[in-house]
Parts: sequence; C-alpha cells; structure tokens
Amino acid sequence: MSVLAIPGWIGRRTLAALAVFGRVALFALGAVSHILRPPYYPREIGLALLNIGWLSLPVVGLTAIFTGGALALQIYAGGARFNAEAVVPQIVAIGMVRELGPVLVGLMIAARVTSSIAAEIATMKVTEQIDALVTLSTHPMKYLVGPRVLAALITVPLLVGVGDVIGIAGGYAVSVQNLGFNAAAYLTNTVNFLELRDIVSSLVKGAAFGMIASVMGCYYGMNSGRGAQGVGRATKGSVEAAAVLILAANFVLTGVFFSV
Amino acid sequence: MIEMQDVHKAFGDNRVLQGMTLTIPKGTSLVIIGGSGTGKSVALKCILGLIQPESGRILVDGKDASKGDRDAFLARFGMLFQGGALFDSLPVWQNVAFRLLRGSLKRPQEEARQIAIEKLRRVGLKADVADRLPAELSGGMQKRVGLARAIAAEPEIIFFDEPTTGLDPIMAGVINDLIREIVTEMGATAMTITHDMTSVRAIADDVAMLHDGVIQWTGPVAQMDASGDPYLDQFIHGRAEGPIEAVR
Ligand SMILES: Nc1ncnc2c1ncn2[C@@H]1O[C@H](COP(=O)(O)OP(=O)(O)OP(=O)(O)O)[C@@H](O)[C@H]1O
Ligand SMILES: [Mg+2]
Repeated sequence: MSVLAIPGWIGRRTLAALAVFGRVALFALGAVSHILRPPYYPREIGLALLNIGWLSLPVVGLTAIFTGGALALQIYAGGARFNAEAVVPQIVAIGMVRELGPVLVGLMIAARVTSSIAAEIATMKVTEQIDALVTLSTHPMKYLVGPRVLAALITVPLLVGVGDVIGIAGGYAVSVQNLGFNAAAYLTNTVNFLELRDIVSSLVKGAAFGMIASVMGCYYGMNSGRGAQGVGRATKGSVEAAAVLILAANFVLTGVFFSV
Repeated sequence: MIEMQDVHKAFGDNRVLQGMTLTIPKGTSLVIIGGSGTGKSVALKCILGLIQPESGRILVDGKDASKGDRDAFLARFGMLFQGGALFDSLPVWQNVAFRLLRGSLKRPQEEARQIAIEKLRRVGLKADVADRLPAELSGGMQKRVGLARAIAAEPEIIFFDEPTTGLDPIMAGVINDLIREIVTEMGATAMTITHDMTSVRAIADDVAMLHDGVIQWTGPVAQMDASGDPYLDQFIHGRAEGPIEAVR
C-alpha cells in the first residue's frame, strides 16, 4: 500500500460521512414538512406521546433523583476543601439545569425511545409492512415518522424540565437530610441563583435532543437492511448515532448559550 | 391495461429482471409462474413503484406509472404480499379496513368494521378473528387476512403474491374461486403469482412464465399444455430433468 492511499482513504471516508449527514438532514427536513402538512394521524400522535413522553417518566425521574443526590454529596465534599460547602444549592441547580438534566434525559431517551423506534420501524420494513403502507396510499413518513418526531419534540423538553426539578429535589433531599442544610434557605438559594437563560437553554436542549433521538431512530429503521440481522444493526446504529450526536449537540448548544 | 416494456432490475450484481415485457388487458386474470427467486415478486413491486427499475417502461392504461399523482394511482390497486405484511400493532379488522379508516376512502368506523367482517367472511374467516391481533393467527389465516385487506376497498387492479401458499386444499379452492369471482363479477384486472398448478388452471385467463429475467412463454391457459415450450413443459410437470437446471 502506497503512502498516498492513506489520504485517499481519509478523503473517501470523509465524503461518505458527509453524504450520510446530508441524507439524515434531508430526512429530518422531510419529517418536519410532513408534520406540518395534512393528513394528520391523531391516533398515531397520541400513541407516540404516550410512549415517548408519559412512559419515559419513571426512568427519567429515577435517573435525575440519583444524579441530583450524588451531585450534592460531591459538591459538599469538594467544596469542603476550601470552605465552600455553602455553594451546594447553587451548583446543584446550574449543574442539573444547564448540563446534567438535558444530557441525562437525552441519553435515556436515546436508550429507551430511539432503540424502540428503530427496532419497530426496521421490523416493519423487513416484513414488508412499509411497502404495504405505501400500497394502501399511506405515506410512511407521515404515518410513522411524523408522529414520532412531533411527539419527541413536544415531550422531551417537558421530560427535561421534570428531570431538572427532580434532580434539584434529589440534591435538596440529600442536603437537608444528611448535610445539615436549612430547607427554606436551600430553596431560596436555588431559585435566586437560576437565571431565565439557564431554563431556556435546558428546554432548547431538550427539544434538540428529542429531535435527534427520534430522527435517528426513524432514519435507521427506514434504512434497515434485510432480515433479523438488519433489524439488529439498525437498532445498534441508531442508538450509537443518537447518543454521540446528543453529546455533540450539547457541546455546541452550551457554547451558543454560555460562551458570552 | 398494464404494460411492462423491456423492464430491467438488478440488485448489485444479481440481475433479476433482464428485459421483461408483458401485457395484461383490462378485466383479465394473468398468472405468473416461474422458479423460486426468478423475480416474480420483484416484477409486481416494480409495477407498484415500490422498487424502481433501472430501465424500461411500465404503463397503466397507457400512462407512465412512475409519473403523475401517486395517491390516485395507488388508490386503484390492491396488493396481497407474499408474507402477508399485516400491521402487527393493529387488530385484524383495522388491518382489513385500513384504507376505509383514513384518507380519501374514509368511512364511519362502524361501516368500515362491517365491510371488514364481510371481507373476512369471504376469505373463510369468522367474525371472531376481527378483534384479534395478527400475531395470534396461524400463517394461513394471516395470509387470508392479507387477502381480505387487498380486496377491501374493491380496487380495479389486484395483485396476489402466492395467495394459496400455506392453505389447506379446500381453503385453496375457496380462494381460487374468490379470485376468479372478483375478476368476472367485479371486472377487476388481476395478476397472481402462484406455484400451484391447480390454482393456475382455476384462476388464469392467461399465463406467463418468467425465466432468466424474461418472459419465457405467455399465452392463454388453454394452450399451456400444448405449448411445445420445453421450459414451460418442464415447469408445469415438475420434472427435475430438462432445460431448467434444478441444482444451481
Ligand atoms: N430488496 C431486495 N434487495 C436485494 N435483493 C432482492 C430484493 N428483493 C428481491 N431480491 C432478489 O431478487 C431475486 C428475486 O426475488 P423475488 O422475491 O422476486 O423472487 P420470486 O420469483 O418472487 O421467488 P419466490 O417464488 O420464491 O417468491 C432474488 O434473488 C432476491 O434475492
Ligand atoms: Mg415471491
């Protein structure tokens, strides 16, 4: 193999990655345009809201409460080294609202929702159900993809909001029960310290992560290969892609909201 | 009338259709026969636009099938998929009435359900399967639900991909009669794929044999036995010896 083969390989890989990126972006645009135009499928949207939003609450709540509690313990222990134990409420609040809330909820949604969307749609593809939909004059983008993306766009920001609150509650519980904080003072400190920008960034991240999680699930499902192996690959690929993209988007959004 | 003109389709280096040309006059029943994996299902999917052929033309009533209003085009078709392709998240009756519950053919729910139950009865299924999920049915029952779904909206053109595979001989007879009835009474145009020679004789006006990516023989079913075509003869008599290699 000549030395020149290496840049060639890198170039081809880059082009291929860009092509995939373009296809995903077009897919996402298509999904949004189908959400906006009739016909609408209220039953599908309702089911998607239930599956993506409501049924994700337990996992989101549990993740947030443990994380908030652990965060309080860590900040207390770390702060003690330079007599700054008192900052626990403030740091728990911005830690949860700005970063941990959106990221953890996003990753949980990638694990729970992206995988199930990808597996379901890929199975439908493999068993010709997508073809059957088309022959029954129903557009798969509208019937399958649109409702799921819409539901994720609506519910994931709400889930992030719930996660933020529960995470702060976890920190509060640990601080008041175990670390000797005054309950009322803890709450005032939390509320006074948070800015509108923190909350807006949290919800915007939620919407972005919801979009990423649902679009990746649908994209991998609709482009699944054949057979059980195709379904397995689609599911694995969708979760990997969603998780990595969520973390990357988080970095970018944090930069956008907080670098000035 | 459906016309396929010199249609080519390959998957990678697997060349499946290599210049398939075929005409199905309106209101007639054509049966496609041919070895497993020769591309019969692919041919149906090409006409429906589920698979894009690389070259060749497909005309329905003289108009290019790939152009114009897709929804209006597809509203004329019913299709039974080889694997049934039932929606496993919906109960049987909603599968059958899928078209009648949404879109341009939408009816009140109760009416759609009655039509679904009537169609289920025509394929030999009782009303009590209506509320079950497809996964709770046997393979042959799923196939018949797929058939009921294909005919539910009384389309002008119906494709049946192996309608009797997996059915007992009596039920196969019922389905053959049903397909024949749909063509003669409703004037539908039907294209059926089958490996069952009894079905061929019961359903077909015309027969076409697909081999090596092209139509090897086509003609009225009455001439099938006296065609003199060695490929067709070998196929309809199920002989291992002949021009079609049995071991590939
Ligand atoms: N989506 C696809 N991707 C790749 N190859 C395909 C695809 N669909 C069909 N093929 C290939 O095309 C060929 C023809 O398939 P097709 O399903 O049309 O066969 P068939 O004539 O219907 O056979 P059978 O009687 O067994 O149903 C096969 O070799 C199959 O592997
Ligand atoms: Mg087939």
